[in-house]
Amino acid sequence: MADTRYIRAINKALADAMDADASVVLMGEDIADAGGSFKATRGLLDRFGPARVRDTPISEGAIVGAAVGAALGGLKPVVEIMFMDFVTLAMDALVNQAAKSRFMFGGQASVPMVVRLPHGGGLNAGPQHSQCLEAWFAHIPGLKVLCPATVEDAYSLLRAAIDDPDPVVFVENKALYAMAGDLPEEPARASIGKARIARQGSDVTLVTYGATLFNCLKAADALASDGISAEVVDLRSLQPWDKETVLGSVARTHRAVVAHEAVRSFGVGAEIAAVIGEEGFDDLDAPVGRVGAPFMPVPFARSLESRFIPDAAAIQAAVVASLA
Amino acid sequence: MNSRTAKKAIGGNSRLLDLHRTMLLIRATETALSKLFADGEIPGFIHLSLGQEAVAAGVCSALGPADTLATTHRGHGHVIARGIDLGGFFKELMGREGGQCKGRSGSMHVADMGLGILGANGIVGASVPLALGSALAHQTRATGGIAVAFFGDGAMAEGALHEALNMAALWSLPMIFVCENNGWSEFSPTARQFRGKLANIAGAFGIRHIHVDGNDAEATADAAREAADHARATGPVVLECMTTRFHGHFEGDPQKYRDSEEMAAMAAGDPVARSRARLIELGMAAADLDAIVSETEARVAAAVEASRADALPDFDATLADVYTPMGAH
Ligand SMILES: Cc1ncc(C[n+]2csc(CCOP(=O)(O)OP(=O)(O)O)c2C)c(N)n1
Ligand SMILES: [Mg+2]
Repeated sequence: MADTRYIRAINKALADAMDADASVVLMGEDIADAGGSFKATRGLLDRFGPARVRDTPISEGAIVGAAVGAALGGLKPVVEIMFMDFVTLAMDALVNQAAKSRFMFGGQASVPMVVRLPHGGGLNAGPQHSQCLEAWFAHIPGLKVLCPATVEDAYSLLRAAIDDPDPVVFVENKALYAMAGDLPEEPARASIGKARIARQGSDVTLVTYGATLFNCLKAADALASDGISAEVVDLRSLQPWDKETVLGSVARTHRAVVAHEAVRSFGVGAEIAAVIGEEGFDDLDAPVGRVGAPFMPVPFARSLESRFIPDAAAIQAAVVASLA
Repeated sequence: MNSRTAKKAIGGNSRLLDLHRTMLLIRATETALSKLFADGEIPGFIHLSLGQEAVAAGVCSALGPADTLATTHRGHGHVIARGIDLGGFFKELMGREGGQCKGRSGSMHVADMGLGILGANGIVGASVPLALGSALAHQTRATGGIAVAFFGDGAMAEGALHEALNMAALWSLPMIFVCENNGWSEFSPTARQFRGKLANIAGAFGIRHIHVDGNDAEATADAAREAADHARATGPVVLECMTTRFHGHFEGDPQKYRDSEEMAAMAAGDPVARSRARLIELGMAAADLDAIVSETEARVAAAVEASRADALPDFDATLADVYTPMGAH
């Protein structure tokens, strides 16, 4: 096991994918010479050359649109959008073009592309550089949506995303980039759509993804000292998501709370809570709880943002409420 | 010598002194911000316009009270030149209750609707269609005002600029497209970002293009006056100001991608040093100019102190303020 950082795992996954497959190309703003705003692509220009690691102008719509065309043309583009917030300028390319091409052309061609989107707050970057917009993409038939929380998953899921024949929205939480963790020499291949039980428990199931995993684990520790045993399920993949693992866990614990950093209303948690309610109703001893950011844009000031992002205490409180 | 006697001493050139004062205020503000940021007193990230003060001072000197502007992530100079309250500005950047935007915006979105400032912007290129719409409102409501879109050279690659040029030309909107061309977008030189020429692009839409040395405050003010007259009388115009970004893309950027020659050449083009030298040439005493610097720095220091003392914004009040309260208008 090698100790590395989340951002290094992303970097290694890109490099290994490029080594393994000559059709993998990278595009994005300041990703080549500068190695990316968060250094995800550091060193890759030197290793793979400018034809495969391409700096683009500030033209998100054309970058992602070009990725769709390049994917249809035999390449496997991996695009970096510097902050997830800027994907708004590329929504046509993703939603109307990438997601639908295979389907509407009668299955004639697939669109093997990945768009990497750093999301999340905690940097006091304000309303236009901090959002978690993944639920939008999970709502679009034709797109897959991944959000790895651990260093190993960052690597394995990015490899899986690049290998996947369909367009994948790959969401990375900026606050995790510096996080250290283990990356095995030969990381296991991940399959898209499989959740992981990050902690076993018997009284309540916490369903989560991305950076909120760590607040759930913290909450589970705190609950344990009060004699409450929480199971934590890390979804890893939001579209498709692992219904079997979640429902299986709820069948054992009889209670569930879904937690994420994104705004609670109309979020990923709403879908999961609804499916637990529909298909796991007989197993439930309490309504499914949801924890997410309050319904407002991400505020700038430290004092505001720190209360905006759901913390372990909020998750704990939701569990206590479901046990009441 | 107070400022009135200082103006008398330089005769007809009080305009240059006004421009110089504005530039000094921007310089002092951003120099203070650089330090505050390094000391951890400014959260998030900030993009300073040190070296670009003449563009802000020159362009805003041509605007009247009805005029509006929309700016970029590098917008401190523009809002200061437009006259934003210094206290409200610092409180905003320091995340305080009394901030111009109640601590919700920080550096990247600072706005003052009362002064016609439609905000700095975190989205490259977004200022342009906002100003376009503001110009449409001026035209439709016959306010007599014009709208200014500040944007960087990097924004030339965004489709929004090209779409807005077309619409401004189609509808003869009273608008100035002000490109602050500092030769860099983030860590990449313009030459590797953009193959077009703004003059040609404007020309393709039949829009007049004015090119100016944006480190020369008087020349920029003259060009801006000409552009504003054109916008009021005729329609859209592009004003391209060549300028220099002294600091990194954001504070803390070590700028390893810039060569030492470029860094060394900066001082020679410093717009503040240039206007100071010109004022001295016109007969102003260096000591009087120094006194203005000290006054300005004292004003900035007082604003910083007031910000430190200000309360933090209230979370619940912020949460309750996402939509317009019923009956508020
Ligand atoms: C839509 C969008 N894409 C990318 C970014 C990231 N970004 C912020 S500033 C910048 C460079 C802008 O360069 P320029 O327009 O020349 O302005 P300057 O920073 O030189 O003032 C980039 C790429 C952004 N904020 N918004
Ligand atoms: Mg620039």
